[in-house]
Amino acid sequence: MENLQAIMPMLLVTLTAVATMVAEAFRRKGERMPIGGLGVIGLAGAAVAACLLWNRNAAGFGVVQADNFALFVSLVLIGIGLLTIMFSARVVERDGLPQGEYYALTLFAIAGMMLMASATDLLVIFLALEVLSLSVYSLTGIRRTDAAGAEAAFKYFLLGAFSSAFFLYGIAFTYAVTGSTRLDRVSTVIATQVLQPNPLVWLAIGLLLVGFAFKVSAVPFHMWTPDAYEGAPTVVTGFMSTGVKAAAFAAFLRVFLSAFDPMRPDWVQMVEWIALATMILGTVVGVVQNNVKRLLAYSSIAHAGYLLVGLVAASDTGKAAVLFYLAVYAVANLGAFGVIGAIATRERPNGDLHDFTGLWFTRPVAALLMAVFLLSLAGFPPLAGFMGKWYIFQAAVAEGYTGLAVVAILTSVIAVFFYLRIVVSMFMTTASAEFEVPAIGQVGLAGLGIAAVVTFYLGVLPTRLIDLAAQSIQTIF
Amino acid sequence: MPLLTFTIFLPLAGALLVGLVPNRDGANDALVRRLALGVSLAAFLVSLALWRGFDPLGADYQFVEQAAWIPAFGIEYHLGIDGISLLLIVLTTFLTPLALLSSWGSVKKKVKAFSVCLLLLETAMIGVFAAIDLFLFYVFWDAMLIPMYLLIGVWGYDRRIYAAVKFILYTMAGSVLMLIAILTLSVLHYQQFGAYSFDLARLLQLSIPPASQALLFGAFTLAFAIKVPLFPLHTWLPDAHVEAPTAGSVLLAGVLLKMGTYGLVRFAFPLFPEAAHQYAPLLAWLAVIGIIYGALVAMVQPDLKKLVAYSSVSHLGFVVLGICAMNVNGVQGATFQMLAHGVSTGGLFLLVGMLSDRRHTRLIAEFGGLKQVMPMLVRVFFLITLASVALPGTNGFVGEFLILLGTYRWDWRLGTAAASGVILSVVYMLWMFQRVNYGPVTNPKNEGLPDLTPREWGAILPIAAMAVLMGVLPNIFLSPMEPAVRRVVQRVERGQVYTAQVEGAAPAPTASSSTPLAGAQPRVE
Repeated sequence: MENLQAIMPMLLVTLTAVATMVAEAFRRKGERMPIGGLGVIGLAGAAVAACLLWNRNAAGFGVVQADNFALFVSLVLIGIGLLTIMFSARVVERDGLPQGEYYALTLFAIAGMMLMASATDLLVIFLALEVLSLSVYSLTGIRRTDAAGAEAAFKYFLLGAFSSAFFLYGIAFTYAVTGSTRLDRVSTVIATQVLQPNPLVWLAIGLLLVGFAFKVSAVPFHMWTPDAYEGAPTVVTGFMSTGVKAAAFAAFLRVFLSAFDPMRPDWVQMVEWIALATMILGTVVGVVQNNVKRLLAYSSIAHAGYLLVGLVAASDTGKAAVLFYLAVYAVANLGAFGVIGAIATRERPNGDLHDFTGLWFTRPVAALLMAVFLLSLAGFPPLAGFMGKWYIFQAAVAEGYTGLAVVAILTSVIAVFFYLRIVVSMFMTTASAEFEVPAIGQVGLAGLGIAAVVTFYLGVLPTRLIDLAAQSIQTIF
Repeated sequence: MPLLTFTIFLPLAGALLVGLVPNRDGANDALVRRLALGVSLAAFLVSLALWRGFDPLGADYQFVEQAAWIPAFGIEYHLGIDGISLLLIVLTTFLTPLALLSSWGSVKKKVKAFSVCLLLLETAMIGVFAAIDLFLFYVFWDAMLIPMYLLIGVWGYDRRIYAAVKFILYTMAGSVLMLIAILTLSVLHYQQFGAYSFDLARLLQLSIPPASQALLFGAFTLAFAIKVPLFPLHTWLPDAHVEAPTAGSVLLAGVLLKMGTYGLVRFAFPLFPEAAHQYAPLLAWLAVIGIIYGALVAMVQPDLKKLVAYSSVSHLGFVVLGICAMNVNGVQGATFQMLAHGVSTGGLFLLVGMLSDRRHTRLIAEFGGLKQVMPMLVRVFFLITLASVALPGTNGFVGEFLILLGTYRWDWRLGTAAASGVILSVVYMLWMFQRVNYGPVTNPKNEGLPDLTPREWGAILPIAAMAVLMGVLPNIFLSPMEPAVRRVVQRVERGQVYTAQVEGAAPAPTASSSTPLAGAQPRVE
């Protein structure tokens, strides 16, 4: 029974996904069905289940651990899912996306992400990775008639498959060295070999690192990110830029800080270089982008870099900081993509910087919300992003990685420049009357409002979430 | 009622209130303007209440409020003011209503957003001066950037976007390193006392090895020097000033620049006294270069606003010089000069704004003979010009005199060089004044310009009165700040003692810092 309890949140999400498919199958042509509402109910149920499991540390089938860490990430993922569904409400109709498939794939992806965050066996992590990846690949190309979407999906799929192979090889080599894929056993075996490590361990660590780096879009495995982000429907971009990253980081942390923790001095330097490269490339290349979605793609690369800084400085503070950062980043980034999606039309789906000129004068609410999310991403107080950055940098400085913190903070100044480019065109240039910007739908507006309130709340009173994040890492590692 | 919190967040509450007024396409502009002005006046009255309740003899922080904010890291909502911060808060609340009033004629679009930005800015500015927890201080310090950025970028002149972006990037680049330095301090506190803390009083107890002191002092000073701005980091200032709307310029020159010098007095020098002693001469020479360079560049400016902007570089150089002297005269003079410069430069920007509202140009060559057209405006202009060139009996004199006194007591070469700046300031200000106001009216467009309107009187009269009051009765302002100034000077003198010991190759005062000291010795002859 405890086994089932431990997987209850993802089970609920999966069942809801199945239900949406069934509902779609029975939908008569032209009938409108509140399929999104179904998804909201399922996710709310999963949230309740996750809250009930808090502090219970339930184990499921020996390969899933519903510890606070997993539950924290799951709750963040559920939040991402809820906001995504709210933002989708209007967009799905406007773009004529197939409702049933859309929501089902989103929910399957969330279930996969939740599994990824709670799995304690490398093979199950791989399973979860594939569940979420396949769903997201399909979501990327869900506008079947759209060439850009198809190209993005194809690129994403090919490179993703490639990285999955790396990941799988990593698992194979780990098994070869340790005789197990269970994280705790891997850790025990490796701990005994620390002094004379089997060279194959290096290979295993390296290959797994590549796999994770791809999923979190760290340099040099970031190439797919801008294209996939630009080509995918905007709501989907928001979803994958936050959900996939959160899930991948959760597994990244769990694998590297439990199974390979004994080898930490060896891999930490590698991650440090990746973090440096990711932050610098993400921000520098972001400066020259003229498409807002591409720009935010590079911003998400840079944010992956900051998160990696947290992984490098993985003291208790650092681990909690990563969790906190994932939450604040998710809210702000989703919000930003939500606004882009809401003000786009079928004719202008891709969020050119040009589309934002004078937005403040035509749609002041949309512009203000966008500004809040962008400034949070840029890390201005009193918004959540500032607290997230502070927390990571505090951890880095406390662990003696001051140099890394300095690079991180200087790149965040460069990033300010490109976030402000959007603010400049929204607020400081006058609107061109070429097109009518649509109003934001009510459901979407409510979602954006929630995201904005959370952004302010976590920026002013972060203590509760900081404490929760600190609690969630206590049960593991 | 916690009075300090009330002062800080009154403008914020007012901004939210103003935000509720429907203002689509300019509806209710008048209501919005009055409401914002009322809020800022209320804040001014509250800050006067602070002054009334302030004990001028108390050396310690007053109106202290302390509450846990992020307890896991010892971050507190910790406020308190001494004489220096009190006066700067009053300066802030004094200038904000005038800035709002000055915009009534010139800001026509998005009046509500403009008022909201200005009030948010006021909250952040007061917060900067009232926070004595470094994290809280940084939050206010950074929170101030966005409203100012919008003020310049949305309501500014032609090259506003360039100026706004330059302003924010420059300031950010400096201040983020300060954030790292602040975090390092908290980590040092953790290492030495077993708990994180961002509290200024606690961080003052740290013993910091000289090598890291130099780095940390550098990070703090860079942030503050950019804000001041100290030569050669001043290049953002002319652009920001010229492109900002009048209200933005007034607050930028009047208050924002003071945050830099305030930061030096409050944080950089007391936290790192040894490093401060080592690098004070360098800063002082940069300040003197700034004084002379700013004055020379101001002399050749064709644009009134740019001239006033460069004069700020020059005047703020005096403030930094006084701080670097680190004796009671110097620091007191510097603090007084912060207030005086806020008042008189605020006044100059208001006047330039009035001219620019009338003629839509700020070029000196476009004017001439205004005395015959607008006698009252020119009289006030004259008074404030004199205040700016530090005529005895005006506010500028007291500050510069004390600063020079303090500087001579420290190093006569610096004093002499700086004194030449005083003469130069007379040259560029009076020459400008002469070209704008005297002589015949050569440009027909200047004929028949209206004199000061009652609203403009309302904005400029308090400044003129304050310029005279501060010059005639400086003690009203000097006495409340004196205990605070003495405390800062005493604190930094510890660094002097320490440096003297190093120079005499005496054994280190404490065992803990003996190792880094040995590394420092080769530098000493």
